[in-house]
Amino acid sequence: MVSYIIRRFLAGLLTIWAATVITFVVIQLPPGDFVTSYIANLQSSGTVIRAEEAEALRQQYGLDRPMYVQYAKWMGLMLKGNFGMAMEYNRPVREVIGDRMAITVVVSLAAVAFIWVLALPIGVYSAVRQYSLGDYFFTFLSFAGIAIPNFMLALVLLYVSFKYFDVQNIGGLFSPGMALEPWGWPKVWDMIKHLPIPAVIIGMAGMAEVVRIMRANLLDELRKPYVVTARAKGLAETRVIAKYPVRAALNPFISTIGYIFPFLVSGSIIVSLVLSLPTVGPLLYKALIAQDLFLSGTILLLLAILTVIGTFISDLLLMWIDPRIRFGMEGSN
Amino acid sequence: MQQTSQPILSVRNLKTYFHQDEGIVRAVDGASFDIYPGRTLGIVGESGCGKSVTARSILQIVDKGGRIEDGEILLRRATGNGQNDILDLAKLKPDSRQARAIRGSEIALIFQEPMTSFSPFHTVGNQIIEAIRLHKPVSRTEARQEAIELLRMVGIPRPDRRIDEYSFQLSGGLRQRVMIAMALSSDPKVLIADEPTTALDVTTQAQVLELLQQLQEEKGLSIILITHDMGVIAEMADDVVVMYLGRVVEQGPVDEIFHAPKHPYTRMLLRSIPSILARPRTKLATIAGSIPHPYNRPAGCPFHPRCPEFMPGKCDVLEPELVRQGENQEVSCFLYEE
Repeated sequence: MVSYIIRRFLAGLLTIWAATVITFVVIQLPPGDFVTSYIANLQSSGTVIRAEEAEALRQQYGLDRPMYVQYAKWMGLMLKGNFGMAMEYNRPVREVIGDRMAITVVVSLAAVAFIWVLALPIGVYSAVRQYSLGDYFFTFLSFAGIAIPNFMLALVLLYVSFKYFDVQNIGGLFSPGMALEPWGWPKVWDMIKHLPIPAVIIGMAGMAEVVRIMRANLLDELRKPYVVTARAKGLAETRVIAKYPVRAALNPFISTIGYIFPFLVSGSIIVSLVLSLPTVGPLLYKALIAQDLFLSGTILLLLAILTVIGTFISDLLLMWIDPRIRFGMEGSN
Repeated sequence: MQQTSQPILSVRNLKTYFHQDEGIVRAVDGASFDIYPGRTLGIVGESGCGKSVTARSILQIVDKGGRIEDGEILLRRATGNGQNDILDLAKLKPDSRQARAIRGSEIALIFQEPMTSFSPFHTVGNQIIEAIRLHKPVSRTEARQEAIELLRMVGIPRPDRRIDEYSFQLSGGLRQRVMIAMALSSDPKVLIADEPTTALDVTTQAQVLELLQQLQEEKGLSIILITHDMGVIAEMADDVVVMYLGRVVEQGPVDEIFHAPKHPYTRMLLRSIPSILARPRTKLATIAGSIPHPYNRPAGCPFHPRCPEFMPGKCDVLEPELVRQGENQEVSCFLYEE
């Protein structure tokens, strides 16, 4: 069992390394580099930069060196925990990202909590009462949830709350004036009060999908003979369903933790712009346009690490709840 | 055959239908039979003849979409003062407290598939202890002790260790023994065994059947043995019910069914048993045709399209009733009409 965990952990490290290479290559792929897009930016506002100046900038950021040297230097910085300079802002990446990463994690976790808390009972209900009126209702809702883009939902919600409820301040994660305050209980409480709406908007599509997954899993499990065995003992129907098939249907449900996280973060970029949430989404978007290697690379890499951690956690949880995985591993050792 | 005692369980004109979009499937369509204390009733028939649905109807655990439409399932229970009371299980609501108190305690079920009949997420001990505590007011430790005793009784080596294992860690034969232990956990009067040996190899099969016989002698169990294997019937059953498309076509004591089968279907079933005495390279007898699709049952006697003694104008128009033949046999066929 321990060797399994170690293997999983090493596989995670390998995945992160692969992610650094792919991240680096993908950011470098578009023609030009940070300096060309920087010059283009300045030119559009009428400033002209001389070739020497551009060259000096390139040298300053090491952009004139071969790609593998750039990668090695970048990796060296990363390993030291120094994420380099955000070129556009001319400030250290660490400072630019600030608490945005933590806020992103909090918003995403809130969305995951929303997904789980609602998707589990709705999925169970839909499977147990398959083809009932309620099942059709939730099926319709989940297809709508999957089909409607979340930024659309955000815009509609903004409009409706402004037009009909005269709520001005639906966007954002803090009350006006709170955002710049130092962290403390009042600020945390303020954020918690602002969390539900972004969480619901970001989580809606994911929830709809997880409801479908849960329903399909449970329908499969309900047909299995061990359910009849449990009934034949004389157990009450609700107890039968809760103890046996729901437990079995949780397996694929738990493995969603791993992949739902990056899906939420990448899906929330536009929502964050619309709702002006201080997450890394908008920052990543701007950094990619500016071809800022250090900033976008750091963000992408942190997201990759979080994904690997999520997958690792879901592996451990699966091992904990599914004896077949535990004993399957014992057999292989 | 002296059947002086009264039946412990009587099924009367049982009809269990499945309502589906394509139409109504009459899985059990007017089955009647009796089970006597301490005896084994074999129910035989091809796949899809309604054997398993009959068993599940008795326990009221028919799959979704299926419902007992008509008939009675009469359970005779001793009231303690020498009297009996008779309870019609078909009238109880399937999830009611009363139905659940009988299910698994007075009537227990063991299944065909010991692999998938246990939850892989819970130890076998957990599942047996659950069954014990459901019907008896005992503590967890007492129930665990009882479960270990049950496992020992069904011949599982080192039961105190096996109890904490999962079903996928046990062999097929052991799994079926655990299944039997679980079914017997609350001293049932009637044990329904739905193809208990189909998934096992021949030697394990013999051991499991022997175990069932031994337990029957010790505890005076009534067993309903559902199978398509005439060999198992010959070895185990006292009485036999032959089913075809949800109806009982013939029933009687095992000797008479085997030596003097009346219904053409029973005769053909018996002829299709492979025999060690047959001459080499002779073709095994088969029953012509196959079971009709449940959505278009033939009119009249359901067996008439495959019957060698089909009487046009009669068998395809009228439905035969079960009529007494000889001392203890009953058959539903126009060949035996007065």
